[in-house]
Amino acid sequence: MTRFELNGKAVEVDAAPDTPILWVLRDHLGMTGTKFGCGRTLCRACTVHLDGVATFSCLLPLSAVEARKVTTIEGVGGRVAEAVQSAWDKIQVPQCGYCQSGQVMAATALLTSNPKPSDAEIEQAMQFNLCRCGTYQRIRKAIHEAAKALEA
Amino acid sequence: MGFSRRQFLRVSTLAGGGLMLGFAFARAGAAAGDAFAPNAWIRLHPDGGVSLVCPSNEMGQDVYTSLTMLLSEELAVDPRHVRVEQAPPDPAYVNKLMGAQITGGSTSLRYAWEPLRRAGATARTMLVSAAAARWKVPAAECTAADGQVAHGSQRLSYGELAAEAARLPVPPDVKLKGAGEFSLIGKALPRLDGADKARGRTVFGIDVRQPGMLYAALATCPVLGGRVASFDAAAPKQRHNPLLGGVAPFDATAAEKRPGVRKIVNIGEGVAVIADHYWTARSALAEITINWDEGPGAALDTAAIYARLEQAKDRFGFLVKKAGDAAGALGRTRAIEARYTSQMLAHMTLEPPNCVALVSSSGVDVWASTQFPQGAQAIAAQVAGIPPERVRVHPQFIGGGFGRRLDVDFIGQAVAIAKAVPGSPVQLIWTREDDVTHDFYRPPSLHLLSASLEGARIAAFAHKMISPSITNRLFPGVVKDGNDGFMTEGLVDFTYDIPNLELRTVIQEVGLRVGYWRSVSNALNAFAIESFVDELAHAAGQDPVRFRLAMLGTQPRQRAVLERAAREAGFQAKPAPGRAFGVASMQCYDTHIALVAELSGTAKKAKLEKLTYALDCGIAVHPDQVIAQIEGGAVTGLINALRSKVTLSKGRVEQSNYDSFRIPRMPEVPPIQVALIASAATPGGIGEAGVPLVAPAIANALFSLTGKRVRSLPLEDAGVTFV
Repeated sequence: MTRFELNGKAVEVDAAPDTPILWVLRDHLGMTGTKFGCGRTLCRACTVHLDGVATFSCLLPLSAVEARKVTTIEGVGGRVAEAVQSAWDKIQVPQCGYCQSGQVMAATALLTSNPKPSDAEIEQAMQFNLCRCGTYQRIRKAIHEAAKALEA
Repeated sequence: MGFSRRQFLRVSTLAGGGLMLGFAFARAGAAAGDAFAPNAWIRLHPDGGVSLVCPSNEMGQDVYTSLTMLLSEELAVDPRHVRVEQAPPDPAYVNKLMGAQITGGSTSLRYAWEPLRRAGATARTMLVSAAAARWKVPAAECTAADGQVAHGSQRLSYGELAAEAARLPVPPDVKLKGAGEFSLIGKALPRLDGADKARGRTVFGIDVRQPGMLYAALATCPVLGGRVASFDAAAPKQRHNPLLGGVAPFDATAAEKRPGVRKIVNIGEGVAVIADHYWTARSALAEITINWDEGPGAALDTAAIYARLEQAKDRFGFLVKKAGDAAGALGRTRAIEARYTSQMLAHMTLEPPNCVALVSSSGVDVWASTQFPQGAQAIAAQVAGIPPERVRVHPQFIGGGFGRRLDVDFIGQAVAIAKAVPGSPVQLIWTREDDVTHDFYRPPSLHLLSASLEGARIAAFAHKMISPSITNRLFPGVVKDGNDGFMTEGLVDFTYDIPNLELRTVIQEVGLRVGYWRSVSNALNAFAIESFVDELAHAAGQDPVRFRLAMLGTQPRQRAVLERAAREAGFQAKPAPGRAFGVASMQCYDTHIALVAELSGTAKKAKLEKLTYALDCGIAVHPDQVIAQIEGGAVTGLINALRSKVTLSKGRVEQSNYDSFRIPRMPEVPPIQVALIASAATPGGIGEAGVPLVAPAIANALFSLTGKRVRSLPLEDAGVTFV
């Protein structure tokens, strides 16, 4: 039995300790907002926050999150996440949408640590998150938009 | 493809009239319950709710919103209040431009444009008649807006009128709004699926959860087409373990003894583990030793594939387009000749292939992300050995299609696996490695071109495209006389006025399973033709934009997009050293489009500065999402242009994930500008139109930058690196 904090609530999971958090979330806990894309940290569709830091979940074993805080797209909230999601709405970012949970989680982590990123800083932080539909231009614009809203 | 515009209009008229309504009441309508179902696409519920039964599958291309806008425009409802339901397989939802219930070919909106608005207008007319009858006033004095019929100060909601409207005769003809009367079409509206997608709430195929659902992992032969010879699940796999000084058991639990494993199944093409959880299934599968019968595919490699294309170069093939006497004209002069090739590509949809299947006494249910619900139904029926009517397909939001989900292989596999556990739904999920190595690949192509010049004009132009036929594989019997309508893309709509012209396609099978890849042959043919036309412009000493414009005298829409793209991009044939522009132009999917690519740098290291599009797609129903599709098409075009490719050795695909088959990341994508030209013409397709011109525009810019002509994709294979 592994215990950790998920979206602000204590949870206990009975799964093999090598089970990646991605599958713990999706199969054991029924939270499907976090996506499987590559299984090798190459696409970051599986991005969650581990103690507030954007992290891939597809190779992160359950044993590594014991007693730590995991936040997923279902639980992310607060001023920054709301600004990001409003900007996503305003700029009309998603197409198929499959990568967007991970993009929103990565963008929220970026703006939390750097409230006014430059284009180069956005690219540095977001280069790990693939979007097969090609919404990058709108993601960049929406991050600037969210930064502007947070400044106000 | 397949239907001429005249046939399209004829079929559409039928679709809005008696035939469609007959289907609706006899079949799909039967499932409508209490709802007023004036046709297959609309449900008006007694509580006032309106549903669009969407005939196309949403995969990012915006059918949910843009088709809802078409319906709402004529039904006079707020599109934000329309519930969108995914249509099940049913003849009523056959895409008449494709001849099947398929989401592909950039046809969804072109197909729905007329019948969906007619469906809305028909329902509105019946609701107005019902209100007029109740109030005993002339229908002409009543108005409909925002889900209500009004007369003077009286109001009745559609929900209140639905039952009475359902008893009225269906009006044989209704008048549709003209282009000047639209209140929704052409306006801004947030995507109806956008907010959920930004919040992780959208249910894609992979997110389907059914009570008691089990999970399956499947190992298939690394050689395409190979089969299981034998397998051993009773002993753990032997692994090289350096810590223990050699071969030793890594984990001494055999697959069949692992807790949570329900069943191990040989489905012929692979071995599957069914377990309580997906990770359990995956871990157990890794312990199974499988011996494969690799079959004849084991001999296939990249060189052999291209050698087979080469063998067909003297075949006559299918004559797609002809003017004058190209062969005669080319024989009389010194022709300029070139050969172009395109690479094989994988789709790499971010949501890997997956499917939930339930085999029970009442038939089969499948939940899947699919572009082809009818095909899903057919394969499930075939695998389960039951009639298609006993298969229920539940199409889900698609996490990237690009043509991969026109194939239904993974749905058949899920049913084959679920047969082993009747009564339990099973979710099969492929790994990314399974996906890359078991795709249906974008076909390789070889293009032979020759032309002659007279002064500043092309006097004769001949092009032969040699490629395997996807259509022959997926829809046997459709290709007649060597004419695969998906291979002639980029040729049938050839825009240039050249006195002697001959465009051909030659079908040559190469032993590889090939599939439709966003923009299909438009990308293959556009790379060859638009690059070669550029070569001819340089040979004639002409500015490549003016050279093209001179051949577009009878094509005002094509001229307009080319001029606009050149102007917006600040196109220069001879810019300052270290800077270059390349242009490309074509008609595809009833859309006119042109692109200018701007580069800087050197022959070794080129920087993509900007991509500037102009397009005329007729009436842009949802303009912001037209632009979004072109932006996304540009990025897909970069996959084709820059560095991605599939290669084979000993029957095995040599790429396996996003590291060995790279797709563009944010820093690699230049600014993309899209100029949308206002038009009152019937809508064209936009889901694929952004893709084909990227490779030729960049290749042409690269020539301008370096003097080197690259005639083979991907461009980086020629020694340049794009940054």
